[in-house]
Amino acid sequence: MLDFSPFLDLPLLASCIMALAVFLYVLLDGFDLGVGILFPFAPSKDCRDKMMNSIAPFWDGNETWLVLGGGLLFSAFPLAYAILLPAFYIPLILMLLGLIFRGVAFEFRFKEQGKMHILWDYSFHLGSVCATFFQGILLGAFVSGVTTQGRAFGGGSFDWLNGFSVLTGIALVFGYSLLGATWLLMKTDHKTQEWARKIAFRSLFYVVFFLGIVSLWVPFLNETIFTRWFSLPNFFYFLPIPLLTGLSFLGLYKSLLKKQEIQPFFIVLAIFSLGYLGLGISLWPWIVPYHISIWDAAAGAKSLSLLLMAVVILLPVILGYTAYAYYVFRGKSRASYED
Amino acid sequence: MDFDPILLSRIQFAFTISFHIIFPTLTIGLSSWLAVVEGLWLITGKTVYQEIYKLWVKVFSVTFGMGVVSGIVMSYQFGTNWSRFSDSTSNVLGPLFAFEVLTAFFLEASFLGIMLFGWGRVTRRMHFISTIIVALGTLTSAFWIISANSWMHTPTGYEIQEGLIFHPLNWIDIIFNPSFPYRLMHMVTGAYLATAFFVGGIGSWYLLKKRHTPHARIMVGMAMMMAVFVTPIQVFLGDLHGLNTFKHQPAKVAAIEGTWETMKGAPLILFGYPDEKEETTKYVVQIPQLSSLILTHSFDGEVKGLKAWAKEDRPPVRPVFFAFRLMVGIGILMLLTGMIAVLLFFRKTLFKNRWFQRWCIILTPSGFIAVLAGWFVTEIGRQPYVVYGLMRTLQAASPVNGKQVFLSLLAFIIVYTFIFGAGIYYILKLIQKGPKPLLKETEIYGSHGVIPPVLGEE
Ligand code: HDD
Ligand code: HEM
Ligand code: HEM
Repeated sequence: MLDFSPFLDLPLLASCIMALAVFLYVLLDGFDLGVGILFPFAPSKDCRDKMMNSIAPFWDGNETWLVLGGGLLFSAFPLAYAILLPAFYIPLILMLLGLIFRGVAFEFRFKEQGKMHILWDYSFHLGSVCATFFQGILLGAFVSGVTTQGRAFGGGSFDWLNGFSVLTGIALVFGYSLLGATWLLMKTDHKTQEWARKIAFRSLFYVVFFLGIVSLWVPFLNETIFTRWFSLPNFFYFLPIPLLTGLSFLGLYKSLLKKQEIQPFFIVLAIFSLGYLGLGISLWPWIVPYHISIWDAAAGAKSLSLLLMAVVILLPVILGYTAYAYYVFRGKSRASYED
Repeated sequence: MDFDPILLSRIQFAFTISFHIIFPTLTIGLSSWLAVVEGLWLITGKTVYQEIYKLWVKVFSVTFGMGVVSGIVMSYQFGTNWSRFSDSTSNVLGPLFAFEVLTAFFLEASFLGIMLFGWGRVTRRMHFISTIIVALGTLTSAFWIISANSWMHTPTGYEIQEGLIFHPLNWIDIIFNPSFPYRLMHMVTGAYLATAFFVGGIGSWYLLKKRHTPHARIMVGMAMMMAVFVTPIQVFLGDLHGLNTFKHQPAKVAAIEGTWETMKGAPLILFGYPDEKEETTKYVVQIPQLSSLILTHSFDGEVKGLKAWAKEDRPPVRPVFFAFRLMVGIGILMLLTGMIAVLLFFRKTLFKNRWFQRWCIILTPSGFIAVLAGWFVTEIGRQPYVVYGLMRTLQAASPVNGKQVFLSLLAFIIVYTFIFGAGIYYILKLIQKGPKPLLKETEIYGSHGVIPPVLGEE
């Protein structure tokens, strides 16, 4: 039967693909969760309609990356799945509930002719905030490490809750707001766009602030992370990452000043990529920090071989038709009323 | 109060999957039907088809949204509540779940956007193709998830390594495990029937109220075609499915039949009341020797009774017994409905008979009830195992605190009741409003909301 393990380091490949899926999720659902976070602050109902319409054709596809992330963790790193999910039971359930409220808001909001559409405005907003905050918590709790016992989770129900995870929760809310605001710069015009620019400026400062604290905190969470970053020559190899991040922030500020519409979104994507890369460097090669590495948690060689073959064939196809869908709905969003 | 995490996790799983399955059942059926309706519109050019499409695509989008959000919950529950099960089986089941995402979910999600919002932005042909792709996506999704579920009922193509970890030996054997073809066909046909009776019931309501008559005739007509031709197929598939189950899970069949003693020439119990303490079925109405005839194709073939298994190896009898009768009862009612429809058709009163319209309105939710009842038979009948004969449910749960599960279950019940209620309310409102006459040919329709995004074209 199909088995590529003699030629390839399958767990390594699987972890790269998994990282890619999670990353695409963060970028893609990031901007549409961001739009949800900003939603009630928009100047008018008209603006809100435009905002919602700018993401309505995409949100389902964006969220599918989360399903893929979970599916890949289940199939490629079952041990990690079996330890992490019970460990994060409460924040995961809360994140899912948040996603439910925002997901159905797309369907219900426009079906509601009466006053009740406010209910779905807030369901969309609070659902987005809740999902984002708990995604941030999950990230922080993951980085803080998980207690294990044999092949299972060995800690308590609230191990995930600590100062660092709350900080990453808040940081992510601002991060997604920035993504959302720059998306709106690109996809809307007039009043909505001007408002989005203002918001982008504001979020920019918060993001710099929180990203700064998080980055400084991470090395002190665990000794290996500290030595990885601050021992020589590593320090010089990794130096470009914080430097480039700083430059990107400057670039974003300038770009916003120049009232550019498209560039800010892509600069924010670059900032997220750099942050993600930094995180990857810190955590490598743990999949259950700081106990189980990707090789220890990996599924059997036959399962991984089949999985990777399918991914290599299907991922380009998926990216292809996703791009097509974005192409079909290119240009600015409108709030028109007839169906 | 004692919070048993395993029992609570089972209730939570049953609750969330029962909620989830209702929506895919309707989306599998509606998407195929919408493809047919759009095809008819493109071929005949009659706007009545387009108007039907525009009404039902909205119902479809609400259903789909609820299917997606409840489905995402499902995919994470394997880890949160059944982590030991995940650890054991993921080498076998993992790739199947991943395939479902890669081959179906992305496809549905991307082309759904075009189906709902793409009117006027893509050609009519491309729009039609998108509808077809979404329909194929829902079927592909059913293919993989049912394959995974069937493997848990009839595991093949695996080997067990230390610590009860399943490893794959042959993927073809795993995917096309013995109960898979029956279960897949029975489920997909069930989804089509449930949708047909749903659409037909609403069409009948329009007819009864004398509203939207041209649309309603088409809806009822197409629904009755399904009832006439597909219900017998479903009954036939159900029979094959039962025979297959008899071969692989005889304890489940004993619970379905409500027989306790192993005997030759076993009777078919139509009704009764299984008593698990006294180990008999009381108040039986039965047909002699029929059970042996159906299951073994001989009047005195041997059929095992529940007492052939140790107590701790038997499934709960009562829910299986009653759920099965509910499902089969509804199947028979559907069969009758089809026959009456044929009769009325030849008497040229199919669209006029008020009693028949009332009858169809009563049957509107029947398919969903049958689908749920069927799954209860299947799943409860598999107990006490998760992977039949190999891994017990007791061995599958996560090491989580019972209170935590209790709270999450409570949260799901509250949230789902609220969301489900709102969803039904909006679907009913859409149906209440009915199909709208089109203002102009190229008008933009559909959308997750009613408002179409007119992006671009500055
Ligand atoms: C791919 C897997 C899968 C699928 C598609 C389904 N189930 Fe299931 N079901 C399980 C996998 C599973 C499970 C993980 O194996 C459970 C959890 C614990 C257990 O005993 O089996 C289970 C348990 C379980 C129970 C509890 C049984 C008991 O307490 O004795 C019920 C009532 C259902 N399911 C009902 C359903 C329904 C109505 C479904 C219709 C869609 C369904 N299941 C599909
Ligand atoms: C435990 C079992 C199940 C899990 C984990 C699961 C998971 C999911 C997920 C994650 C989605 C959302 C996909 C998206 O983002 O677009 C979904 C939707 C869907 N599921 Fe399930 N599902 C399960 C059971 C079933 C069953 C039994 C069927 C049908 C036979 C089914 C058919 C579908 C279909 C057709 C969709 C598309 C959306 C819709 O129609 O509502 N699923 N499922
Ligand atoms: C008289 C007709 C029918 C018979 C004899 C029949 C038979 C069966 C049997 C024996 C099972 C259990 C399979 C198992 O043990 O795993 C089953 C399951 C099921 N039935 Fe039926 N059935 C009938 C009608 C229907 C109808 C009308 C529907 C829906 C509209 C339906 C939907 C289902 C579903 C969804 C399941 C669970 C999935 C599966 O295992 O296939 N059935 N049926």
